[in-house]
Amino acid sequence: MLDSQHPLQPRLDEIIGGLRGLEGPLLPILHAVQAEWGHVPQEALAVIASALNISRAEVHGVMSFYHDFREEPAGTHLLRICRAEACQAMGGAALAEAAKARLGVDWHGTTADGGVTLEPVFCLGLCACAPAAQIDGRVVGRVDADRLEALLKECCA
Amino acid sequence: MKIYVPRDAAARALGADAVAKAVVDQAARRGVAVTLVRNGSRGMVWLEPLVEVETDAGRVGFGPVEVADVAGILDAPESHPKALGLVEAIPFLARQTRLTFQRVGVVDPLSLDDYEAHHGLKGLRRALGMTGAEVVAEVKDSGLRGRGGAGFPTGIKWETVRTAPGDRKYIVCNADEGDSGTFADRMLMEGDPFTLIEGMTIAGISVGATKGFVYLRSEYPDAIEVMTEAVRVARARGVLGASVLGSGHAFDMEIRVGAGAYVCGEETSLLNSLEGKRGVVRAKPPLPALQGFMGRPTVVNNVISLATVPVILEKGAAHYRDFGLGRSRGTIPLQIAGNVKFGGLFEAAFGLSLGAIINDIAGGTATGRPVKAVQVGGPLGAYFPVAKFGTPFGYEEFDGQGGLIGHAGIVVFDDSVDMLGMARFAMEFCAIESCGKCTPCRIGAVRGVETIDRIARGDAAAIPLLTDLCETMKDGSLCALGGFTPFPVMSALTQFPDDFARAKEAAE
Repeated sequence: MLDSQHPLQPRLDEIIGGLRGLEGPLLPILHAVQAEWGHVPQEALAVIASALNISRAEVHGVMSFYHDFREEPAGTHLLRICRAEACQAMGGAALAEAAKARLGVDWHGTTADGGVTLEPVFCLGLCACAPAAQIDGRVVGRVDADRLEALLKECCA
Repeated sequence: MKIYVPRDAAARALGADAVAKAVVDQAARRGVAVTLVRNGSRGMVWLEPLVEVETDAGRVGFGPVEVADVAGILDAPESHPKALGLVEAIPFLARQTRLTFQRVGVVDPLSLDDYEAHHGLKGLRRALGMTGAEVVAEVKDSGLRGRGGAGFPTGIKWETVRTAPGDRKYIVCNADEGDSGTFADRMLMEGDPFTLIEGMTIAGISVGATKGFVYLRSEYPDAIEVMTEAVRVARARGVLGASVLGSGHAFDMEIRVGAGAYVCGEETSLLNSLEGKRGVVRAKPPLPALQGFMGRPTVVNNVISLATVPVILEKGAAHYRDFGLGRSRGTIPLQIAGNVKFGGLFEAAFGLSLGAIINDIAGGTATGRPVKAVQVGGPLGAYFPVAKFGTPFGYEEFDGQGGLIGHAGIVVFDDSVDMLGMARFAMEFCAIESCGKCTPCRIGAVRGVETIDRIARGDAAAIPLLTDLCETMKDGSLCALGGFTPFPVMSALTQFPDDFARAKEAAE
């Protein structure tokens, strides 16, 4: 348990209190926690566990199973590039390589200045306007290296 | 003046929001009163953003529209270079049989009045006058089979849940559409969310369930937004709630968001995820129909299966059943994707040949190069060579060719694709997404990548090993992830052996 002085506690209690009545509340709680802090602070796990009457290990097991939940905050901007087949058919792999080279990171990496995190995604449902990417939640179709450059300039300039 | 600019994610990914803003700005500058409707997509993705202007003759289309085109469309629509004429006369659309997608792209997605003006709620009203057994019989008679990929008869699943003992039952909609090349669920939820709500409500009242969940993947933020708002509207208007349309039947639903695990598209891992657990696959039996969500009898159906129920109830089982081929009855929303000229959603009766779909409807490749391979049914579907283009689109027909139709996604590749690379990707994807429960999937996929790398280095002795590994994965995995990954791998190996041999020469 966190001591009552911990800065997370009041907001965390609110989040858990609002969702714990759901049937199967753990994923909605983890999503809400990540929406609040940009990641799931590890000190929150014990609080969630205690509120739901499950073990901390169980909460950790669930959060670590899903690709979406982060233990650490991402960079200021999150760039996701689709790696799935339809995007590969339209040059998705080359786009991914261009992005890695441009940012100087591999998948899941964050640029040295903390500006951009690069994540793979398997399908955004934009398979008829491939290759697809998503920057800070905004989806973009038919992305090539030039378009990517323009997007990065737009958000990170 | 009524103007439609889609709010579908694909249209937005191609600039629809900026176009919509330009329509409002330019109209204001001209002093023209414009009603802007953010509709769903008509499914002609190469024309997106497709702007439609309502005229006395019908809705006239323009596409693909850029911001710079908007002024011209408002000033001189007839002579605009991007004018497409009446949208419903565009051959790609005119040739379709739109039943499940009858309203997608047509209506304002969040207007329940618009929904009702286009035959919405007719199916539910009819169902409310029937017994649960009669509704289930109607769904059975329609021949509807699970559109998620497994093809299990929907009515039989409903009958199992209806007759199962249980004080609480659930309807769970599988909207975890993770297969590459598929976007029908997304388009339907973004373009006509009330159809899914109506379908789930019909399922609920006929099997005796009072609660539904839509398990919607986090990669679809637009669909999450539209569905959440549609549920709120439906509740406010008495479609959902303690007494559905005043009938005394209770049914309500929640939208739940996934968290990026592909395997949660498998129904039992979806149920675990919904319960707040790791998305690990469960052994069957017990069937989810008997012990599903929270151990209660549960209908788990794909978005398209549930969204097809309203039209079946509206027009009758026979109307739906009369379309199709063999044991594949009704229509299927084909999703044509990847390297194609005219990509998008094409709803048609089962039975079109793969070749007709790709050459005739999709117009061949976008790059203009010859087609080399077509993956049907997502990342777990087989690769088809051009030699198999005669295969008619149907569950049994594709099964007979060593493939599957899955969720009806069709991904086209031109002759620049390296099939060894695609086989390797299939194994890599399985390794990343495996839930870890079965050894053949968890370990086999990793060994599969290594074995394909050996073949790529010119070690032909690894080919029998890969074949053997695929057999083990197929027979020894609980679910389709480990069990079907061999489909793309083995079809690549057997249909495109040159790509596996060329790598050997290159290495020497």
